[in-house]
This record gives sequence, structure tokens and C-alpha cells, in this order.
Amino acid sequence: MTGPRVGVYVCHCGTNIAGVVDVAAVRDWALERLGPHGVVVARDYPFMCSSLGQELIEKDIAELGLDRVVVAACSPHMHERTFRGACGRAGLNPYLCELVSIREQVSWVHTDRDAATRKAEAVVAGGVLRVREQVPLEPLRVPIAPATLVIGGGIAGISAALELADAGYPVHLVERQPSIGGHMAQFDKTFPTLDCAACILTPRMVDAGMHPNITLHTWSEVVDVSGHVGAFSVRILHRPRYVDTDLCTGCGICEEKCPAKVVDPVFESGIGYRKGIYRPFPQAVPKYPVLDPEHCIYFERGTCRACEKLCPTGAIDFEQQPEEVTVEVGNIVLATGFEPFDARRVEAYGYGRYPNVFTSLEFERMSNAAGPTGGRIVLRDGQTEPRSVAIVHCVGSRDRNFNPYCSAICCMQSLKVAHLVREHTEATVYELYIDMRTPGKGFDEFYQRVQDEGTHLIRGRVAEITDVLRLPDEAGEDGRLIVQVEDTLAGRQRRIPVDMVVLSVGLEPPSDAREMARRLGITCSSDGWVIERHPKLDPVATMTDGVFAAGCALGPRDIPSSVANGAAAAARILGRISQGELALEPIRASVDEARCSGCRICNDLCPFGAISFERGRGTEVDPALCQGCGVCIAACPAGAISGTGFSDAQILAQIEGLLFPGTIHPEAGLDAVVAGSATTPEPEAVPA
Amino acid sequence: MSAYLFYPGCSLSGSAKAYAGSLAAILDPLGIELREIEDWNCCGASEYLTLSPLGGHALVARNLALAQRQGDGTRTLVAPCSLCYVNLAKTDRYARDDPGLGARLNDALGAGGLTYEPGSIAVRHLLEILVDDVGLEAIAAHVRRPLRGLRVVPYLGCLVTRPDLDRRWTHHERPRVFDSLLAALGAEVVDFPLRTACCGGHMTQISPDTGFTLIRRLVDAASRLGADLMATVCPMCQMNIDAYQAEMNRHFGSHYHMPILFFTQLIGLAFGSPPEALGIGTEIVSARAALGRIGIEVPAPAEPEAAAAPARRAKKPAGLPMPSLGDEDDR
Repeated sequence: MTGPRVGVYVCHCGTNIAGVVDVAAVRDWALERLGPHGVVVARDYPFMCSSLGQELIEKDIAELGLDRVVVAACSPHMHERTFRGACGRAGLNPYLCELVSIREQVSWVHTDRDAATRKAEAVVAGGVLRVREQVPLEPLRVPIAPATLVIGGGIAGISAALELADAGYPVHLVERQPSIGGHMAQFDKTFPTLDCAACILTPRMVDAGMHPNITLHTWSEVVDVSGHVGAFSVRILHRPRYVDTDLCTGCGICEEKCPAKVVDPVFESGIGYRKGIYRPFPQAVPKYPVLDPEHCIYFERGTCRACEKLCPTGAIDFEQQPEEVTVEVGNIVLATGFEPFDARRVEAYGYGRYPNVFTSLEFERMSNAAGPTGGRIVLRDGQTEPRSVAIVHCVGSRDRNFNPYCSAICCMQSLKVAHLVREHTEATVYELYIDMRTPGKGFDEFYQRVQDEGTHLIRGRVAEITDVLRLPDEAGEDGRLIVQVEDTLAGRQRRIPVDMVVLSVGLEPPSDAREMARRLGITCSSDGWVIERHPKLDPVATMTDGVFAAGCALGPRDIPSSVANGAAAAARILGRISQGELALEPIRASVDEARCSGCRICNDLCPFGAISFERGRGTEVDPALCQGCGVCIAACPAGAISGTGFSDAQILAQIEGLLFPGTIHPEAGLDAVVAGSATTPEPEAVPA
Repeated sequence: MSAYLFYPGCSLSGSAKAYAGSLAAILDPLGIELREIEDWNCCGASEYLTLSPLGGHALVARNLALAQRQGDGTRTLVAPCSLCYVNLAKTDRYARDDPGLGARLNDALGAGGLTYEPGSIAVRHLLEILVDDVGLEAIAAHVRRPLRGLRVVPYLGCLVTRPDLDRRWTHHERPRVFDSLLAALGAEVVDFPLRTACCGGHMTQISPDTGFTLIRRLVDAASRLGADLMATVCPMCQMNIDAYQAEMNRHFGSHYHMPILFFTQLIGLAFGSPPEALGIGTEIVSARAALGRIGIEVPAPAEPEAAAAPARRAKKPAGLPMPSLGDEDDR
């Protein structure tokens, strides 16, 4: 016999498969019924993925001269590489190995042993018939450009950029605000150690700003990303600062003299002011200010130009225009962080109506010595120190009306608020929590400490914050807020009068997160957070090769995790850059020019933008962008596109195998499904 | 002329006669025709559905079945009472979600030769009809005597926006649509924090202390905000605040005087109807003084002069900036 010589290996996966599927029967069936189709050996083994299991395959290839292998085990996502590796070591082209899933698609989804066994046989038959049509393939190799794009200049992005730059490779760090630093720059203290956030952040900001390998693009947006892993082309829009950064010394006279004063909704969270030309905070990196044309008197009324007149170096340039630059990078790190939940959406908490209801970010700015109150904790009148403060947890989080998820950082953040209120004032502090979640290093100790400081911890979700009294003497005096809450530990309703309420708002993805994800060809969960390639084993990679994510872009997390993510993404990228090139799966589409009519249907359908058409050149598939999904192949009206590793012949052979006579249990026969009728014809009625 | 099926509910022929009368007076200008369901029965109030779910739903389903049979070329059933509205909407919704319940209800209805197909009747509150179908512009266009200078509390009560079975509202705690309606009449609308708070329901009968506390909370907040009167869309709310205000005052030793009128009465006044045609003067806590302040004479037996409303709140001085509430739809 001169045809392919196929070996079939059926895995027990302990009892994962063998508990439902009769693996010995599948083995015998394969040898007997698929013998005419080239199966020369069939074996079963408790754990095919073990070294001994792999050696079985290697030995058979050497001794029996196998030139095709089918492993019936788990999903190819798990162990395809393992078995291809075993074949490769035995000298067989790895792509002549086929892994068929009888665990995820058979034993884990069925309970009827007999039917599951028949289905496993059909799946094995599909694999055998398909692998016969397989051809040897070689992996594609693409060069990797050494530069990296980091989107987002918060602590995650800064960490990734510094790791890459310190290793000697160029980085483009893009930030839409005038300064890098992100939300961490707004904070006062960090939990649980109470380090001053600015004291630990600003040295890293300075490192990033001064690093010879890092190019900062602040006040900028990524507007377009094209290309593929190893060779992305990125268009970055520099919004006009109206300041010539070559001349500006960062002296701050313009900011000091600017007569326009506006509420700063970004850095000061709306409780402080900035000027029309401003740096968001003194340690901003870069040091150059930004002129905000919407609040500039000159742009509004055509007169003023105070900044221009007073600038000692003549750096103000009202004529500056937006500027676009294009950079070529090999990899991308998405570190776009979060936006705080808009507390106005929880109408029962009165944020925006009651002056003395604050958000946790407003509190951070208030408590910060560099903030609008110089670090004094005061009511909205800017003067009165509160005598009692309620801190409300889970605002917008763990709430089916808003976000179902836990925002992870707010319990610790709230405890920190409690501590800071106690430190700065004499106030009585209430923490109103659902569950206290303090799982990090030193977290629970901090929780204990805050309890020892005398904070009142009340377990219950706050129903309402109101200034409406139920009884005349309820609140002691007029003008205080009342927190209505069910104290679930005491088992009673409480109405707690306080002077000030701090709402611990949850974290949400940036409002344009989906747009950015679409630009990068990656996916977001229904909540809007970036989906990891694998939530546990590949937590900073995305489904698109060459695009990584770090920090809160992936979901709510604290500063140490964000830093670790940034470093992890950098490590993944450094490994690739140091290799110089990347091996890609050769599972790709290719076009038969002779049959292509140039209709371009495939161009629009390709989800990865891998297919292009040019008059004269015809239709081309970029092998580095193509992910081998097969959409174009199915859609091509002329049948001009075929897939390496999934040709029509292979697909049809596999379908034929799945319909192999005598496999699917007759009582719920596939034939019946195919015929679209409830009656059960003889298994032989299906054409083989 | 838009025609609707109409389920008046028991209170409109009893405690809320003023609601029925004032509604009748404004139908023509608004271009609405209401066709009362023949032989309708009790909606079960707040108790029956809790005590006997199947019995309660069957009681309500009979009204829906009668409405479906009567038809009259419309499938919209209007309820002026918030409790009737919620009960009718609940039965329809639950029967839609649970075909088993629908079948059992039809078994029960079959005994009376009736049948109801869940979802065939759209249940809506009178307020929705005025705001959505007639529209604020059309209402404003009929205003002959703007209620300028009258400080009115928009009190919606708890049942109109919750449970929002058909997702008609985006703001369940603080909807502003009733404010807009009253503003369209020219009234000065108070930003009332308790607009969807509970009036106490039947608590005055079950636990008077609780009931009076809840009534007091509303009346006290309205007085503190300097309101002349409260406007409501619910007969239950109206009765609690009107009929039990004196008893509440005795209970707490307080002296509140806060009239409450149906929104239809205020619409009628703004449209120029004479107060007596709108049932004004039949309320227990008299609105005479409040209306007299804007030049509307109510020819009813004189009441003792009401105590002056407490001073209006002073505006807060400057301090840290407040977050803006932004432009939102008012629903």
C-alpha cells in the first residue's frame, strides 16, 4: 500500500474523556473501520500529553514509518503544539499532525456513554480523512521592527516604556493629556503603605521624559494603525499646544499671568481651577504648558495675548496647527486605563444636587497638599471642616443597574479615605460597605488599622442620601445629609446624619475604548475592558498578534498590578525584538489569480484587513496579517481563494469523515438531522 | 380626537371625584376621548396580589379581558390611578413572561365566558398620555391663565416610574417630566427631592405612626422648600396628604398647611376653567389661599388664613465648584 500511513492516538485524559467515552472501543473501531483509509496503528493512553505518551508517537513514527498522526484528545487550543512538537522531533513535518477534540466537544458535553463513543468515532474519522489531504508546511517568518508604541502615559504605560527603553529599544509613548502620569498623579496617598503618590510617581515620569530611547507624544491621539505584527505603521496626531517647545523654558510666567480661570474637570476632578494656558500640575512631564483655545480670551474675543507679551523667550505661537506624524513599530502596548464612574447616574445619592456629596476623586484632590484646598478636608463652602463623614462603597459597581463587576480598588481606597479624614480632622467616620475586599499584601492589616482608629464600619448598601428630614429633630440641625442604610449586621434600618459624603466611584473603560479596540483589531468584553488572549496564562497579550495590553485597560486593578502588567508586556515584546524575527503559523489564505475576477468581496469581509486589490497587480493576501479564519474562502464566488492547511479537499474530507457510516448513534442519528426528519433511516443510508 | 379605553378605578367615583371632574373638563381641549370599560371591577388595590397572587391576577385579568373584548378600535388602556395602572401592567407583563400563568388566568376567565391574550392591551398612565401623545407643546398652547407665581411641588408618588415593567423611563428616582408638564402651565416648579417617595399607602390604617411619619416627611419638605401647594397624579397620594394632614398635625403637634391638588385640576385652571368646575374647594386642606395669591378666586366657604410658608432657602454662597448636572432628557 502506497497511500499515507496514519497513526491514531486516543487519550483518556484521566477520566475527563474515559469517564464518558469508551476509548478502547474508539481505538478498535479506528483500526478496523479506518484501516482501509490508511490507519495502520491505533492506541489509547491515560495521558497522551505526558512525555511517555509523546514518546509513543515518536516511536511509532520511527518504527512503523507513519507519515500522518491523529491525536484524539483535548481542544487544539490546549495541546496542538505539544503533539506537533513530538512529530517534529521524530522527523515528521509538524503540520501532518491533526489534533481532534473529543473532550471539549464530546466527553464534556455529553452524558450518554454509547452516543458519546459513536460521536468520538465520527470525530476521529473526520480527523483521519482530513489529515490524509494535509501537505507539509513551513512556518512564516516576519522581521520585527525594534520600536514599540505605548498608548497611554499612566503608570502602566510608563512602566512598559521604561522597561523597553532601558533594554535599549526605542519607544513612542502617546498620551492625550498635556502631561504623562495618568490618574496616579491625581492621588494623594497610595494604599496600604500611604506612600505619597507623587513622590513615587514623579521620578518615573522624569525617567520617561528624559530617556534617550523614549519619544513622548503628549496632547496627542493615535488616529490610525495599519500593518501587522513586526511592522505596524501608526499615525499620531499632535494637537497644537500653541507653545513652541523648542523655545519654552517651562518658567510658568504665562500661566501665572493668564487672566482666564476655569474649572479643571480633568486633573482637579472639577473641584479646582486652572488657567487658559496651563500645566495640569507643577511636576508635569513634559514641562511645557498647553493653551486651551476654548477658554483662551484671545481665541474667544480676539484680544489679550498676555501670555505672548510676557513670555521671556517668545514661545507662544497662536498660529500653531495640528500636526500628524507616522511612526513604524513592531509591537503595541495598549495602556489606556479607566474613567471614573459618573456618580450623577445614581440619582438616589444626590451627587450634583447636594453640595456636600463628593466623589472619591474629588476627595483625592482635596486631601492632596498640592490640590485646591491645600490638603484641608472641607465642605463645599471651602471653609467648614466636617464633623462627620460617610464613605459609600460600590457606587456604580456590583450593581445590576450600572456595572455588575467589582471595581477591585475601591474598598482599599475607601479605607484610605477613612484614614485620611481621621488624620486631618476630628470627624466621626462611617464606612458603608457591602463586603470588605482586602486581598492584597498588607491590605487586611490596613483594614484592621482603620478599625482600630475608630472608624465605624457598617455593612449595608446605602439606599439613599437625602437632606429631607423625617422628623423635626432627626438630624440635630438643618442642612446636614442623612444616609439611609440597612445595617445588615445589626438587622435594622439606620438614618445617619453626616456633614459630608464621599462616594467611592467604580472604574469604567474609557468612553472611546471600543473605538480604540477596533482601530487595533482587538476585542472588548461586554463591559468594555480589553479581552486577554488567555485570562490566566496569557494575561497581557490580546487576540491580535503584536498588540499587548496593560493596566486598567484590561479591567480594574491597583498600582502594583498595573506596573507588573506593563513590565510583563515589555518582557513579552523584548523576547521578540531580541529574536529579530517571528515565526507565524503558515495557516493562510492564498488567491488563484487565474480564477479571481477582482470583485473585491473578500477585501471588505476580511476581519483583519489582510486582503488588498490593485488594478494590474490583482488580489493579494498579506500573510502576516492573515489569521487563517477562512471567511474569504467561503465568500469567494469564483472559488479562487484556498487556504493552506484548510483546503476545500481537506474540509470536504473531514465532513465525509464526520458522516462515516455507523458512527453517530442510530437513535439520534446525524442522518436524521441531515435529512431534516425525525425518522431514523438505516445508518447505511448515508453515502460514505 | 384620539380615543382610548379607560379604566377609572374606584377612587374616581369616591375620594377622587375632583380628579374625575377635572379630567372631564380638559378632555375636549386636549383632543382626547376616553371610553370607559363596561362592567369593570376592582383592581385589587395593594393587598390582593400579595395575599393571593392567582386570585389577584385573575381579578385584574378580567378588566384586561373586558378591555380586549370592547376594543373600540384601540388597544391602549388608560388608568388615572397609579395603583390601578401598576396592577393592570403587572398582570399583563407577568402573564406575558409566564405562559403558565396566562393559561391559568384564561381558565379562570373562561368561567365568565372571557379570554385575554397577554400583550394585546397596552396599559398606560394618564400622565404618559398627556406627555407623550398630547405633548407639552400642545398643552402649553391651550394655556389661557398661566399659573405664574404659583410654587408647585411635582409629586409623582412611588408607583408611576417603578416597577418600570415596559422600560418607559430612564430616571426612576428623579424623573423631570412632571416638572416639565407643570412648567408648561406657567407654574414655578420646586425641585422636590421626594418626587417619587412613598406617601404611606394604607399605612395610616395599619401603623398610623409610620403613615403619619411618611406624610409628615413630604409635607415638611414641601413647606421648607416654600411651596404653595403640591400637585399629584395619584388618588392615593392625594388622599393621604389631604385627608390625613390634620390627623398627622394632631399626632405630632405640628401646624402644617400644605394643599395638594390633582394635576388635571391645575391644567384645568391654566386652561381657564372656573375653579368650581374642577372640584377645587372640595379638598380638605384648602388651596384657596394659595390660589388667591396668584389671583384665582375660589368661591368656597372661607377657611382660616393659612400660616405663612417658611422663608425660602437662601442660595448657597461660593465655595468649591459644583459638578454640573448636564443636559439630560427629563424622563
